[in-house]
Amino acid sequence: MRSFKGQVAIVGVGETAVGKVPGRSALWFNAEATRLALEDAGIDKSQVDGLVTAPSFVAPFPRMSVAVSEYLGIQPTFSNTLNVSGATAAASVNVAAAAIHAGLADTVVVCCGDNMLSGLTRDLAVKALIESRDPQYEAPFGLLVATTFALTAQRHMAEYGTTPEQLARVAVVTRGHALKKPGAHMTAPITVEDVLASKLITTPYHMLDCALVSDGGAAFVLTAAERARDLRKKPVYLLGGGESYTQEHIFCAESITTTGAAISSRRAYAMAGVGPGDIDVAGIYDCFTGTVIMMLEDLGFCKKGEGGPFVEAGQITHGGRIPINTHGGMLSYAHPGLPGGFFHIVEMVRQLRGEAGERQVAGAELTLCHSLGGGFATNATIILGTEANG
Amino acid sequence: MSGQKPLPRIDDDTRAYWAGLARGELLLQHCRDCGHVQFYQRAMCGRCLSASLEHRPASGRGTIYSFSTVHRPPSPEFKDDVPYTVVLVELAEGPRMISALVETPPETVRIGQPVEIVYDRVSPEITFPRFRRADAAKAG
Repeated sequence: MRSFKGQVAIVGVGETAVGKVPGRSALWFNAEATRLALEDAGIDKSQVDGLVTAPSFVAPFPRMSVAVSEYLGIQPTFSNTLNVSGATAAASVNVAAAAIHAGLADTVVVCCGDNMLSGLTRDLAVKALIESRDPQYEAPFGLLVATTFALTAQRHMAEYGTTPEQLARVAVVTRGHALKKPGAHMTAPITVEDVLASKLITTPYHMLDCALVSDGGAAFVLTAAERARDLRKKPVYLLGGGESYTQEHIFCAESITTTGAAISSRRAYAMAGVGPGDIDVAGIYDCFTGTVIMMLEDLGFCKKGEGGPFVEAGQITHGGRIPINTHGGMLSYAHPGLPGGFFHIVEMVRQLRGEAGERQVAGAELTLCHSLGGGFATNATIILGTEANG
Repeated sequence: MSGQKPLPRIDDDTRAYWAGLARGELLLQHCRDCGHVQFYQRAMCGRCLSASLEHRPASGRGTIYSFSTVHRPPSPEFKDDVPYTVVLVELAEGPRMISALVETPPETVRIGQPVEIVYDRVSPEITFPRFRRADAAKAG
């Protein structure tokens, strides 16, 4: 099988201020994150010949990637506005790497920014989300995107005995991580009791089981591995990538408790030649607490049905089997819409560079980032490492 | 139910489906070539791509495959409806569909409970397929 294993590296990362950042445009969040990522890489914008981004909810430019490159004053020869919902984060790394490996571009910026909090009212944001459901078969029944995910959690609880306390524990652990991440949107510690006492949104999910609505942008710079070695920062190599698109409608899913993440991660592991037991730290798309529990299983970190007890046993933080979302994730760091999953990748790059400060997982050499969307309609996994040969 | 809810826009793929609901039938498509039974309505079989599909009324019975009770309305139009329970129904014929429960207190809902269809006519063209517990009387 063809493979880009070790051929492409992330050489720069950047992120804007996150949380409530009023007055800025969606384009600015993209451009500012890109500027910071180029500075981090020590690369001039004139060397960027590819740009991949995702659409903005707030500023629906029909060609967002072209609008962003114009804002930055660059004229790339490869451009793609990618939207596979929440999976766009890891999927856009795959697309950028494929373009570099195929010779379509040498240096590709992957960026994503939006101002879901300041640019959209909360009601409009939620409305935008509901309108993303099928207008004939889903939306008439008042199906929030959150409800799609809630259906999977409810079934997981019934099949495997996962408890509301175990769901809540995910929010508590990642909030603890956010407290160590400067600039996080959420800065107050929470307890399991706080989560369970927060307002019900769509059962079994309470407010604190759900990701935030934030402003923010993130960007990475990718280039060929042979070029990466001469740049300012320690390269982080892309070792594997995999994706899976199993259905559009939740009612067409064969299973709602085993997802396409099992397929996308299997492909990524196979390309990288590693397994879940080799991964030191992970970034897992955490739109909801139960999502994380199901992903821990589908990504192979624990057996199917054991995600709840795994979390309860302290396995997803420092000292546990697989520390995840050390920046706080979308539950506590930031979730500006499609950019939400991009921050996990920024954080995992920092972990592999040893730049994560008091959040650092000692000796981290191999990481997995998984992003997903649309009630598990879309799944994308990447595996990154400190060595090109994994 | 109050306010202007999102109403489906009927197209050639789904015309027969909505017409069926309007006369009190939940139609499923049966493939004459491979026997596949599908929901939602398409102009071809999702398994073998045959265009030879036949609409047949479903029994209207199924079980709750999963559910979620919505407390925060997705848009102002649903404000008066909360809490309401969205269900993923597994029909007796096999396919699953999204719907909402009527006549069913949220706290009594469990996965696996039998449900039956209720035809909720909202306009001459549109009748929504909703469900209620088929064992509601027994459950009290």
